[in-house]
Amino acid sequence: MSTKKQSLAYIISASSVGTLIEWYDFYIFGSLATVLSTKFFPTDNPTAAFLNTLATFAAGFVVRPFGALVFGRLGDLIGRKYTFMVTLMLMGGATFAIGLIPSYATIGAWAPILVLTLRLLQGLALGGEYGGAATYVAEHAPAERRGFFTSWIQTTATLGLVISLTVIMATRASMSKEAFDDYGWRIPFLVSILMVLVSLLIRKNMEESPMFEQAKAEGKISKNPLKESFGNKLNLKYVLLALFGATMGQGLVWYTGQFYAQTFLLKICNLDDIQTNTILVIGLLLGTPLFVLFGALSDKIGRKGIMMTGMIIAVLAYRPIFDQMYKTVDLTNKTVVLGSEKTTSKGKTTTITKEFTDGSSYKNVITEISPEKKESKISIKINETDQWTLVGYVFFLISFVTMAYGPIAAFLVEMFPTKIRYTSMSLPYHIGNGVFGGLMPAIATFLVANAQTAGVVQKPYLEGLNYPIALISVCVVIGVIYIKSDKKAA
Amino acid sequence: MNLIKRILGIVWIGLGIGAGIYLIYFQAVPLWAKGGNDLVPAIIYTFVLAPLISIGMSLFGYYSLQGEFDNI
Repeated sequence: MSTKKQSLAYIISASSVGTLIEWYDFYIFGSLATVLSTKFFPTDNPTAAFLNTLATFAAGFVVRPFGALVFGRLGDLIGRKYTFMVTLMLMGGATFAIGLIPSYATIGAWAPILVLTLRLLQGLALGGEYGGAATYVAEHAPAERRGFFTSWIQTTATLGLVISLTVIMATRASMSKEAFDDYGWRIPFLVSILMVLVSLLIRKNMEESPMFEQAKAEGKISKNPLKESFGNKLNLKYVLLALFGATMGQGLVWYTGQFYAQTFLLKICNLDDIQTNTILVIGLLLGTPLFVLFGALSDKIGRKGIMMTGMIIAVLAYRPIFDQMYKTVDLTNKTVVLGSEKTTSKGKTTTITKEFTDGSSYKNVITEISPEKKESKISIKINETDQWTLVGYVFFLISFVTMAYGPIAAFLVEMFPTKIRYTSMSLPYHIGNGVFGGLMPAIATFLVANAQTAGVVQKPYLEGLNYPIALISVCVVIGVIYIKSDKKAA
Repeated sequence: MNLIKRILGIVWIGLGIGAGIYLIYFQAVPLWAKGGNDLVPAIIYTFVLAPLISIGMSLFGYYSLQGEFDNI
Protein backbone atom coordinates (compact mmCIF):
# COMPACT_ATOMS: atom_id res chain seq x y z
CA MET A 1 0.00 0.00 0.00
CA SER A 2 1.37 3.39 -0.93
CA THR A 3 1.95 6.18 1.58
CA LYS A 4 -0.89 8.16 0.03
CA LYS A 5 -3.29 5.22 0.37
CA GLN A 6 -2.18 4.59 3.97
CA SER A 7 -2.72 8.22 4.72
CA LEU A 8 -6.14 8.16 3.14
CA ALA A 9 -7.06 5.01 5.08
CA TYR A 10 -6.05 6.80 8.28
CA ILE A 11 -8.03 9.89 7.34
CA ILE A 12 -11.14 7.83 6.62
CA SER A 13 -10.80 5.74 9.79
CA ALA A 14 -10.17 8.73 12.04
CA SER A 15 -13.07 10.68 10.55
CA SER A 16 -15.43 7.70 10.51
CA VAL A 17 -14.77 6.61 14.10
CA GLY A 18 -15.65 10.07 15.41
CA THR A 19 -18.79 10.30 13.29
CA LEU A 20 -19.82 6.80 14.31
CA ILE A 21 -19.56 7.75 17.98
CA GLU A 22 -21.64 10.86 17.39
CA TRP A 23 -24.38 8.73 15.82
CA TYR A 24 -24.13 6.30 18.72
CA ASP A 25 -24.57 9.17 21.17
CA PHE A 26 -27.50 10.56 19.22
CA TYR A 27 -29.36 7.26 18.94
CA ILE A 28 -29.08 5.82 22.42
CA PHE A 29 -31.54 8.46 23.55
CA GLY A 30 -34.16 7.13 21.13
CA SER A 31 -33.41 3.51 21.87
CA LEU A 32 -33.90 4.14 25.60
CA ALA A 33 -36.96 6.39 25.19
CA THR A 34 -39.26 4.06 27.15
CA VAL A 35 -36.97 3.98 30.20
CA LEU A 36 -36.11 7.68 29.99
CA SER A 37 -39.79 8.61 30.03
CA THR A 38 -40.14 7.03 33.47
CA LYS A 39 -37.03 8.76 34.80
CA PHE A 40 -37.29 12.34 33.59
CA PHE A 41 -41.04 12.97 33.40
CA PRO A 42 -43.93 12.68 35.88
CA THR A 43 -45.02 9.03 35.98
CA ASP A 44 -48.71 9.60 36.79
CA ASN A 45 -49.46 9.52 33.04
CA PRO A 46 -47.12 7.05 31.28
CA THR A 47 -48.43 7.81 27.77
CA ALA A 48 -47.91 11.56 28.18
CA ALA A 49 -44.45 10.89 29.63
CA PHE A 50 -43.55 8.74 26.64
CA LEU A 51 -44.82 11.39 24.22
CA ASN A 52 -42.81 14.05 26.04
CA THR A 53 -39.74 11.87 25.69
CA LEU A 54 -40.42 11.47 21.97
CA ALA A 55 -40.88 15.25 21.67
CA THR A 56 -37.51 15.73 23.38
CA PHE A 57 -36.02 13.14 21.03
CA ALA A 58 -37.57 14.97 18.04
CA ALA A 59 -36.23 18.32 19.27
CA GLY A 60 -32.76 16.90 18.75
CA PHE A 61 -33.61 16.34 15.08
CA VAL A 62 -35.26 19.71 14.52
CA VAL A 63 -32.25 21.58 15.91
CA ARG A 64 -29.79 19.82 13.58
CA PRO A 65 -30.10 22.40 10.76
CA PHE A 66 -29.14 25.12 13.26
CA GLY A 67 -26.04 23.11 14.17
CA ALA A 68 -25.32 22.90 10.45
CA LEU A 69 -25.46 26.70 10.21
CA VAL A 70 -23.39 27.40 13.34
CA PHE A 71 -20.67 24.81 12.78
CA GLY A 72 -20.82 24.92 8.99
CA ARG A 73 -19.95 28.62 9.19
CA LEU A 74 -17.11 27.88 11.61
CA GLY A 75 -15.82 25.10 9.37
CA ASP A 76 -15.70 27.41 6.36
CA LEU A 77 -14.03 30.15 8.41
CA ILE A 78 -11.48 28.40 10.63
CA GLY A 79 -11.20 24.95 9.07
CA ARG A 80 -12.84 21.54 8.94
CA LYS A 81 -10.62 19.72 11.43
CA TYR A 82 -11.00 22.08 14.40
CA THR A 83 -14.72 22.40 13.89
CA PHE A 84 -15.48 18.73 13.99
CA MET A 85 -13.18 18.32 17.00
CA VAL A 86 -15.45 20.82 18.77
CA THR A 87 -18.63 19.03 17.69
CA LEU A 88 -17.23 15.72 18.94
CA MET A 89 -16.46 17.17 22.38
CA LEU A 90 -19.84 18.85 22.55
CA MET A 91 -21.66 15.63 21.66
CA GLY A 92 -19.60 13.51 24.08
CA GLY A 93 -20.05 15.99 26.93
CA ALA A 94 -23.81 16.28 26.41
CA THR A 95 -24.29 12.52 26.21
CA PHE A 96 -22.19 11.87 29.32
CA ALA A 97 -24.13 14.57 31.19
CA ILE A 98 -27.50 12.95 30.31
CA GLY A 99 -26.24 9.85 32.10
CA LEU A 100 -25.65 11.92 35.25
CA ILE A 101 -28.98 13.78 35.50
CA PRO A 102 -30.93 12.92 38.66
CA SER A 103 -34.45 11.65 38.05
CA TYR A 104 -37.73 13.62 38.16
CA ALA A 105 -38.40 12.11 41.58
CA THR A 106 -35.20 13.75 42.90
CA ILE A 107 -35.04 17.18 41.26
CA GLY A 108 -38.56 17.63 39.85
CA ALA A 109 -39.02 19.82 36.76
CA TRP A 110 -35.28 20.41 36.41
CA ALA A 111 -34.94 16.86 35.13
CA PRO A 112 -36.91 17.35 31.86
CA ILE A 113 -35.43 20.85 31.42
CA LEU A 114 -31.87 19.51 31.67
CA VAL A 115 -32.63 16.56 29.38
CA LEU A 116 -34.13 18.85 26.75
CA THR A 117 -31.17 21.25 26.95
CA LEU A 118 -28.64 18.45 26.57
CA ARG A 119 -30.66 16.86 23.78
CA LEU A 120 -30.59 20.19 21.92
CA LEU A 121 -26.81 20.32 22.35
CA GLN A 122 -26.60 16.80 20.91
CA GLY A 123 -28.61 17.90 17.87
CA LEU A 124 -26.44 21.00 17.38
CA ALA A 125 -23.28 18.90 17.58
CA LEU A 126 -24.54 16.34 15.08
CA GLY A 127 -25.62 19.16 12.76
CA GLY A 128 -21.99 20.29 12.68
CA GLU A 129 -20.28 16.92 12.66
CA TYR A 130 -21.51 15.12 9.56
CA GLY A 131 -20.87 17.90 7.04
CA GLY A 132 -17.37 18.36 8.45
CA ALA A 133 -16.43 14.70 8.27
CA ALA A 134 -17.92 14.21 4.79
CA THR A 135 -16.26 17.37 3.47
CA TYR A 136 -12.94 16.48 5.09
CA VAL A 137 -12.81 12.99 3.58
CA ALA A 138 -14.08 14.19 0.19
CA GLU A 139 -11.45 16.92 0.03
CA HIS A 140 -8.70 14.37 0.64
CA ALA A 141 -10.05 11.79 -1.81
CA PRO A 142 -9.18 11.70 -5.50
CA ALA A 143 -12.15 13.01 -7.50
CA GLU A 144 -12.62 9.78 -9.44
CA ARG A 145 -12.98 7.72 -6.23
CA ARG A 146 -14.79 10.23 -4.06
CA GLY A 147 -17.96 8.16 -3.90
CA PHE A 148 -16.07 5.13 -2.63
CA PHE A 149 -14.09 6.99 0.05
CA THR A 150 -16.98 9.07 1.38
CA SER A 151 -19.21 5.99 1.51
CA TRP A 152 -17.26 4.87 4.60
CA ILE A 153 -18.58 7.95 6.38
CA GLN A 154 -22.05 6.91 5.20
CA THR A 155 -21.76 3.55 6.98
CA THR A 156 -21.29 5.27 10.35
CA ALA A 157 -24.90 6.23 10.89
CA THR A 158 -26.05 2.63 10.49
CA LEU A 159 -23.19 1.22 12.52
CA GLY A 160 -23.79 3.85 15.22
CA LEU A 161 -27.34 2.55 15.54
CA VAL A 162 -26.11 -1.06 15.61
CA ILE A 163 -23.58 -0.26 18.36
CA SER A 164 -26.16 1.65 20.39
CA LEU A 165 -28.60 -1.28 20.20
CA THR A 166 -25.81 -3.77 21.01
CA VAL A 167 -24.53 -1.80 24.02
CA ILE A 168 -28.07 -1.47 25.35
CA MET A 169 -28.82 -5.19 24.84
CA ALA A 170 -25.48 -6.16 26.45
CA THR A 171 -26.11 -3.89 29.43
CA ARG A 172 -29.63 -5.29 29.83
CA ALA A 173 -28.30 -8.85 29.62
CA SER A 174 -25.64 -8.20 32.26
CA MET A 175 -28.08 -7.24 35.03
CA SER A 176 -31.62 -7.75 36.27
CA LYS A 177 -34.49 -5.76 34.75
CA GLU A 178 -34.88 -3.88 38.04
CA ALA A 179 -31.19 -2.93 38.13
CA PHE A 180 -31.31 -1.76 34.51
CA ASP A 181 -34.39 0.37 35.18
CA ASP A 182 -32.78 1.72 38.37
CA TYR A 183 -29.27 2.69 37.19
CA GLY A 184 -28.25 0.42 34.29
CA TRP A 185 -29.79 2.69 31.62
CA ARG A 186 -27.17 5.31 32.52
CA ILE A 187 -24.28 3.06 31.44
CA PRO A 188 -24.72 3.46 27.64
CA PHE A 189 -24.63 7.24 28.14
CA LEU A 190 -21.62 7.18 30.45
CA VAL A 191 -19.46 4.85 28.33
CA SER A 192 -19.77 7.35 25.50
CA ILE A 193 -17.13 9.55 27.15
CA LEU A 194 -14.52 6.80 26.77
CA MET A 195 -15.32 6.40 23.07
CA VAL A 196 -15.16 10.16 22.55
CA LEU A 197 -11.76 10.42 24.29
CA VAL A 198 -10.35 7.66 22.09
CA SER A 199 -11.73 9.37 19.00
CA LEU A 200 -10.30 12.75 20.04
CA LEU A 201 -6.86 11.17 20.47
CA ILE A 202 -7.11 9.66 16.99
CA ARG A 203 -8.37 12.87 15.41
CA LYS A 204 -5.85 15.10 17.19
CA ASN A 205 -3.06 14.21 14.75
CA MET A 206 -5.10 14.77 11.61
CA GLU A 207 -4.07 17.55 9.27
CA GLU A 208 -6.36 20.19 7.84
CA SER A 209 -8.06 19.46 4.51
CA PRO A 210 -5.69 20.21 1.59
CA MET A 211 -8.41 22.03 -0.38
CA PHE A 212 -9.19 24.25 2.59
CA GLU A 213 -5.46 24.92 3.19
CA GLN A 214 -5.05 25.85 -0.46
CA ALA A 215 -8.05 28.17 -0.42
CA LYS A 216 -6.69 29.75 2.76
CA ALA A 217 -3.22 30.22 1.27
CA GLU A 218 -4.75 31.86 -1.81
CA GLY A 219 -6.93 34.13 0.30
CA LYS A 220 -10.09 32.50 -1.08
CA ILE A 221 -11.71 31.76 2.29
CA SER A 222 -15.23 33.11 2.56
CA LYS A 223 -15.61 36.07 4.91
CA ASN A 224 -19.30 35.40 5.47
CA PRO A 225 -20.24 31.80 4.53
CA LEU A 226 -23.86 32.18 5.63
CA LYS A 227 -24.42 35.20 3.41
CA GLU A 228 -22.64 33.60 0.47
CA SER A 229 -24.49 30.31 0.90
CA PHE A 230 -28.02 31.53 1.45
CA GLY A 231 -28.02 35.24 0.62
CA ASN A 232 -26.74 34.58 -2.87
CA LYS A 233 -29.36 33.35 -5.34
CA LEU A 234 -26.74 31.54 -7.43
CA ASN A 235 -25.90 29.28 -4.48
CA LEU A 236 -29.29 29.24 -2.74
CA LYS A 237 -30.91 27.62 -5.77
CA TYR A 238 -28.45 24.73 -5.46
CA VAL A 239 -29.19 24.45 -1.72
CA LEU A 240 -32.91 24.17 -2.56
CA LEU A 241 -32.20 21.68 -5.34
CA ALA A 242 -30.05 19.58 -3.02
CA LEU A 243 -32.87 19.62 -0.44
CA PHE A 244 -35.93 18.94 -2.60
CA GLY A 245 -34.20 16.91 -5.30
CA ALA A 246 -32.03 14.68 -3.12
CA THR A 247 -31.78 14.92 0.68
CA MET A 248 -35.52 15.10 1.42
CA GLY A 249 -36.15 11.78 -0.34
CA GLN A 250 -32.92 10.24 0.87
CA GLY A 251 -33.66 11.21 4.49
CA LEU A 252 -37.13 9.70 4.27
CA VAL A 253 -35.85 6.48 2.68
CA TRP A 254 -33.26 6.25 5.42
CA TYR A 255 -35.55 6.85 8.39
CA THR A 256 -38.32 4.68 6.97
CA GLY A 257 -35.93 1.78 6.43
CA GLN A 258 -33.93 2.02 9.62
CA PHE A 259 -36.12 3.62 12.23
CA TYR A 260 -39.72 3.31 11.17
CA ALA A 261 -39.12 -0.40 10.55
CA GLN A 262 -38.18 -0.64 14.24
CA THR A 263 -41.11 1.49 15.42
CA PHE A 264 -43.47 -0.45 13.14
CA LEU A 265 -42.42 -3.84 14.54
CA LEU A 266 -42.43 -2.64 18.14
CA LYS A 267 -45.46 -0.38 18.37
CA ILE A 268 -47.70 -1.43 15.50
CA CYS A 269 -46.97 -5.17 15.21
CA ASN A 270 -46.31 -5.46 18.99
CA LEU A 271 -43.28 -7.65 18.40
CA ASP A 272 -41.13 -8.40 21.44
CA ASP A 273 -38.47 -5.67 21.91
CA ILE A 274 -35.44 -7.98 22.12
CA GLN A 275 -36.60 -9.88 19.02
CA THR A 276 -37.19 -6.58 17.19
CA ASN A 277 -33.73 -5.26 18.02
CA THR A 278 -32.10 -8.57 17.08
CA ILE A 279 -33.84 -8.54 13.69
CA LEU A 280 -32.82 -4.94 13.15
CA VAL A 281 -29.18 -5.44 14.13
CA ILE A 282 -28.79 -8.46 11.79
CA GLY A 283 -30.57 -6.68 8.90
CA LEU A 284 -28.46 -3.55 9.37
CA LEU A 285 -25.19 -5.47 9.53
CA LEU A 286 -26.05 -7.46 6.39
CA GLY A 287 -26.94 -4.26 4.55
CA THR A 288 -24.00 -2.08 5.66
CA PRO A 289 -21.46 -3.26 3.00
CA LEU A 290 -23.89 -2.04 0.34
CA PHE A 291 -23.16 1.57 1.33
CA VAL A 292 -19.60 1.08 0.12
CA LEU A 293 -20.71 -0.87 -2.95
CA PHE A 294 -23.12 1.83 -4.13
CA GLY A 295 -20.69 4.60 -3.16
CA ALA A 296 -18.02 2.97 -5.35
CA LEU A 297 -20.53 2.28 -8.12
CA SER A 298 -21.51 5.96 -8.15
CA ASP A 299 -17.91 6.78 -9.18
CA LYS A 300 -18.42 4.63 -12.27
CA ILE A 301 -22.02 5.25 -13.37
CA GLY A 302 -22.90 8.53 -11.61
CA ARG A 303 -24.55 9.45 -8.31
CA LYS A 304 -27.95 10.50 -9.57
CA GLY A 305 -28.98 7.22 -11.21
CA ILE A 306 -28.27 5.16 -8.10
CA MET A 307 -29.92 7.56 -5.67
CA MET A 308 -33.04 7.97 -7.79
CA THR A 309 -33.34 4.22 -8.40
CA GLY A 310 -33.18 3.59 -4.65
CA MET A 311 -35.91 6.14 -4.03
CA ILE A 312 -38.17 4.83 -6.84
CA ILE A 313 -37.88 1.22 -5.62
CA ALA A 314 -38.62 2.41 -2.07
CA VAL A 315 -41.81 4.19 -3.18
CA LEU A 316 -43.01 1.10 -5.04
CA ALA A 317 -41.98 -1.48 -2.44
CA TYR A 318 -42.86 0.13 0.91
CA ARG A 319 -46.52 -0.87 1.11
CA PRO A 320 -46.02 -4.51 0.02
CA ILE A 321 -43.01 -4.98 2.32
CA PHE A 322 -44.57 -3.42 5.42
CA ASP A 323 -47.79 -5.32 4.70
CA GLN A 324 -45.86 -8.61 4.66
CA MET A 325 -43.99 -7.62 7.84
CA TYR A 326 -47.31 -7.02 9.58
CA LYS A 327 -48.77 -10.31 8.36
CA THR A 328 -45.67 -12.22 9.50
CA VAL A 329 -46.24 -11.11 13.10
CA ASP A 330 -50.05 -11.05 13.01
CA LEU A 331 -51.61 -13.84 15.10
CA THR A 332 -55.12 -13.60 13.63
CA ASN A 333 -54.83 -16.69 11.41
CA LYS A 334 -52.61 -18.73 13.73
CA THR A 335 -53.89 -21.59 15.87
CA VAL A 336 -53.73 -21.44 19.66
CA VAL A 337 -52.31 -24.53 21.39
CA LEU A 338 -55.18 -26.08 23.34
CA GLY A 339 -54.97 -25.30 27.05
CA SER A 340 -52.07 -22.87 26.63
CA GLU A 341 -54.09 -19.75 27.42
CA LYS A 342 -53.42 -18.57 30.98
CA THR A 343 -54.51 -15.55 32.98
CA THR A 344 -52.73 -14.53 36.17
CA SER A 345 -53.42 -11.52 38.39
CA LYS A 346 -51.11 -9.83 40.84
CA GLY A 347 -52.19 -6.60 42.51
CA LYS A 348 -53.33 -4.19 39.78
CA THR A 349 -51.68 -6.20 37.02
CA THR A 350 -53.30 -8.97 34.98
CA THR A 351 -51.20 -11.05 32.60
CA ILE A 352 -52.67 -13.09 29.74
CA THR A 353 -50.43 -15.54 27.88
CA LYS A 354 -51.05 -17.82 24.89
CA GLU A 355 -48.93 -20.24 22.83
CA PHE A 356 -49.48 -20.94 19.13
CA THR A 357 -48.90 -24.13 17.14
CA ASP A 358 -46.30 -22.46 14.90
CA GLY A 359 -44.14 -21.56 17.93
CA SER A 360 -45.36 -17.97 18.34
CA SER A 361 -46.37 -16.69 21.76
CA TYR A 362 -48.51 -13.84 23.04
CA LYS A 363 -48.33 -11.91 26.28
CA ASN A 364 -50.60 -9.08 27.35
CA VAL A 365 -49.86 -7.25 30.59
CA ILE A 366 -52.85 -5.13 31.63
CA THR A 367 -52.17 -2.57 34.33
CA GLU A 368 -54.95 -0.69 36.10
CA ILE A 369 -53.88 2.97 36.24
CA SER A 370 -57.21 4.11 37.76
CA PRO A 371 -60.69 2.49 38.04
CA GLU A 372 -61.57 4.02 34.64
CA LYS A 373 -58.24 3.60 32.92
CA LYS A 374 -56.29 0.48 32.05
CA GLU A 375 -53.07 0.24 30.11
CA SER A 376 -52.30 -2.78 27.98
CA LYS A 377 -48.85 -3.83 26.78
CA ILE A 378 -48.89 -6.61 24.20
CA SER A 379 -45.73 -8.47 23.35
CA ILE A 380 -45.59 -11.11 20.58
CA LYS A 381 -42.73 -13.52 19.99
CA ILE A 382 -42.49 -15.26 16.62
CA ASN A 383 -40.73 -18.47 15.62
CA GLU A 384 -37.21 -18.56 14.16
CA THR A 385 -38.30 -19.01 10.53
CA ASP A 386 -40.53 -15.94 10.70
CA GLN A 387 -37.76 -14.05 12.46
CA TRP A 388 -35.43 -14.69 9.50
CA THR A 389 -38.20 -13.69 7.12
CA LEU A 390 -38.36 -10.34 8.91
CA VAL A 391 -34.57 -10.04 8.74
CA GLY A 392 -34.94 -10.44 4.96
CA TYR A 393 -37.53 -7.66 4.75
CA VAL A 394 -35.38 -5.33 6.89
CA PHE A 395 -32.41 -6.14 4.64
CA PHE A 396 -34.46 -5.11 1.59
CA LEU A 397 -35.40 -1.85 3.29
CA ILE A 398 -31.76 -1.19 4.18
CA SER A 399 -30.65 -1.92 0.61
CA PHE A 400 -32.86 0.98 -0.59
CA VAL A 401 -31.28 3.11 2.14
CA THR A 402 -27.78 2.27 0.90
CA MET A 403 -28.68 3.22 -2.69
CA ALA A 404 -30.09 6.59 -1.67
CA TYR A 405 -27.56 7.33 1.09
CA GLY A 406 -24.29 5.73 -0.10
CA PRO A 407 -23.45 8.31 -2.78
CA ILE A 408 -25.04 11.38 -1.14
CA ALA A 409 -21.94 12.77 0.62
CA ALA A 410 -19.94 12.83 -2.62
CA PHE A 411 -22.97 14.23 -4.45
CA LEU A 412 -23.38 17.12 -1.99
CA VAL A 413 -19.67 17.89 -1.79
CA GLU A 414 -19.48 18.16 -5.59
CA MET A 415 -22.41 20.54 -5.68
CA PHE A 416 -20.74 23.40 -3.77
CA PRO A 417 -17.42 25.30 -3.96
CA THR A 418 -14.72 24.74 -1.30
CA LYS A 419 -15.08 28.10 0.42
CA ILE A 420 -18.72 27.61 1.43
CA ARG A 421 -18.97 23.83 1.11
CA TYR A 422 -19.29 22.96 4.81
CA THR A 423 -22.15 25.43 5.33
CA SER A 424 -23.92 24.85 2.02
CA MET A 425 -24.01 21.05 2.11
CA SER A 426 -24.74 20.73 5.83
CA LEU A 427 -28.01 22.66 5.79
CA PRO A 428 -29.90 20.68 3.10
CA TYR A 429 -28.50 17.45 4.52
CA HIS A 430 -29.78 18.14 8.01
CA ILE A 431 -33.14 19.52 6.92
CA GLY A 432 -33.65 16.48 4.70
CA ASN A 433 -32.47 13.98 7.26
CA GLY A 434 -33.08 15.68 10.59
CA VAL A 435 -36.46 17.28 9.89
CA PHE A 436 -38.15 15.38 7.03
CA GLY A 437 -36.54 12.07 7.94
CA GLY A 438 -36.07 12.38 11.70
CA LEU A 439 -39.68 13.26 12.35
CA MET A 440 -40.93 10.48 10.07
CA PRO A 441 -41.36 7.69 12.66
CA ALA A 442 -43.34 9.97 15.00
CA ILE A 443 -45.57 11.34 12.22
CA ALA A 444 -46.16 7.89 10.71
CA THR A 445 -47.03 6.36 14.10
CA PHE A 446 -49.48 9.20 14.66
CA LEU A 447 -51.07 8.64 11.23
CA VAL A 448 -51.49 4.92 11.95
CA ALA A 449 -53.08 5.63 15.34
CA ASN A 450 -55.50 8.09 13.71
CA ALA A 451 -56.41 5.60 10.97
CA GLN A 452 -56.98 2.84 13.52
CA THR A 453 -59.31 5.11 15.51
CA ALA A 454 -61.21 6.26 12.41
CA GLY A 455 -61.51 2.70 11.06
CA VAL A 456 -62.32 3.74 7.50
CA VAL A 457 -59.39 2.17 5.65
CA GLN A 458 -58.80 -1.54 5.17
CA LYS A 459 -55.17 -1.58 6.30
CA PRO A 460 -54.74 1.24 8.82
CA TYR A 461 -51.29 -0.05 9.79
CA LEU A 462 -49.97 1.06 6.38
CA GLU A 463 -51.30 4.63 6.60
CA GLY A 464 -48.06 5.93 8.15
CA LEU A 465 -46.29 5.19 4.87
CA ASN A 466 -48.31 7.83 3.01
CA TYR A 467 -46.06 10.56 4.40
CA PRO A 468 -42.72 9.19 3.11
CA ILE A 469 -44.22 7.88 -0.15
CA ALA A 470 -45.71 11.29 -1.04
CA LEU A 471 -42.57 13.28 -0.26
CA ILE A 472 -40.13 10.79 -1.81
CA SER A 473 -42.24 10.84 -5.01
CA VAL A 474 -41.97 14.65 -5.20
CA CYS A 475 -38.22 14.37 -4.59
CA VAL A 476 -37.83 11.81 -7.38
CA VAL A 477 -39.65 14.04 -9.90
CA ILE A 478 -37.47 17.02 -8.96
CA GLY A 479 -34.28 14.95 -8.87
CA VAL A 480 -34.88 13.26 -12.22
CA ILE A 481 -35.81 16.47 -14.05
CA TYR A 482 -33.56 19.07 -12.43
CA ILE A 483 -30.35 17.28 -11.42
CA LYS A 484 -27.76 16.90 -14.14
CA SER A 485 -27.02 13.30 -15.07
CA ASP A 486 -23.24 13.32 -15.30
CA LYS A 487 -20.79 11.93 -12.77
CA LYS A 488 -20.41 15.35 -11.15
CA ALA A 489 -24.08 15.09 -10.31
CA ALA A 490 -24.95 18.80 -10.66
CA MET B 1 -36.47 20.36 -20.84
CA ASN B 2 -36.09 24.02 -19.88
CA LEU B 3 -39.73 24.67 -20.76
CA ILE B 4 -40.83 21.72 -18.61
CA LYS B 5 -38.77 23.05 -15.70
CA ARG B 6 -40.38 26.47 -16.01
CA ILE B 7 -43.89 25.06 -16.21
CA LEU B 8 -43.18 22.82 -13.24
CA GLY B 9 -42.14 25.97 -11.35
CA ILE B 10 -45.85 26.88 -11.18
CA VAL B 11 -46.63 23.37 -9.93
CA TRP B 12 -44.06 23.64 -7.12
CA ILE B 13 -45.37 27.04 -6.05
CA GLY B 14 -48.91 25.65 -6.00
CA LEU B 15 -47.79 22.53 -4.20
CA GLY B 16 -45.92 24.57 -1.59
CA ILE B 17 -48.89 26.82 -0.87
CA GLY B 18 -51.34 23.91 -1.01
CA ALA B 19 -49.26 21.77 1.33
CA GLY B 20 -48.97 24.66 3.81
CA ILE B 21 -52.74 25.21 3.80
CA TYR B 22 -53.43 21.48 4.08
CA LEU B 23 -51.01 20.99 6.97
CA ILE B 24 -52.23 24.01 8.93
CA TYR B 25 -56.00 23.99 8.34
CA PHE B 26 -56.76 20.31 7.80
CA GLN B 27 -54.16 18.73 10.04
CA ALA B 28 -52.86 21.12 12.70
CA VAL B 29 -56.00 23.15 13.56
CA PRO B 30 -58.10 20.10 14.59
CA LEU B 31 -55.17 18.84 16.65
CA TRP B 32 -54.74 22.19 18.42
CA ALA B 33 -58.46 22.04 19.26
CA LYS B 34 -58.13 18.52 20.70
CA GLY B 35 -55.11 19.44 22.83
CA GLY B 36 -53.48 16.88 25.12
CA ASN B 37 -51.27 14.34 23.43
CA ASP B 38 -52.16 15.70 19.99
CA LEU B 39 -50.24 18.91 20.66
CA VAL B 40 -46.91 17.29 19.72
CA PRO B 41 -47.89 16.60 16.08
CA ALA B 42 -49.77 19.94 16.00
CA ILE B 43 -46.54 21.76 16.89
CA ILE B 44 -44.57 19.77 14.31
CA TYR B 45 -47.11 20.51 11.54
CA THR B 46 -47.52 24.21 12.40
CA PHE B 47 -44.00 25.32 13.21
CA VAL B 48 -41.76 22.89 11.36
CA LEU B 49 -43.25 21.12 8.34
CA ALA B 50 -45.75 23.72 7.05
CA PRO B 51 -43.31 26.67 6.92
CA LEU B 52 -40.49 24.53 5.60
CA ILE B 53 -42.50 22.95 2.79
CA SER B 54 -44.53 26.01 1.81
CA ILE B 55 -41.67 28.55 1.86
CA GLY B 56 -39.02 26.17 0.52
CA MET B 57 -41.11 24.70 -2.29
CA SER B 58 -42.52 28.07 -3.31
CA LEU B 59 -39.04 29.57 -3.51
CA PHE B 60 -37.80 26.57 -5.45
CA GLY B 61 -40.77 26.93 -7.81
CA TYR B 62 -40.18 30.65 -8.19
CA TYR B 63 -36.55 30.09 -9.18
CA SER B 64 -37.64 27.37 -11.56
CA LEU B 65 -40.23 29.65 -13.15
CA GLN B 66 -37.59 32.38 -13.51
CA GLY B 67 -35.38 30.01 -15.47
CA GLU B 68 -32.69 29.74 -12.77
CA PHE B 69 -32.48 25.98 -13.35
CA ASP B 70 -32.27 26.19 -17.14
CA ASN B 71 -29.24 24.37 -18.58
CA ILE B 72 -27.92 22.97 -15.31
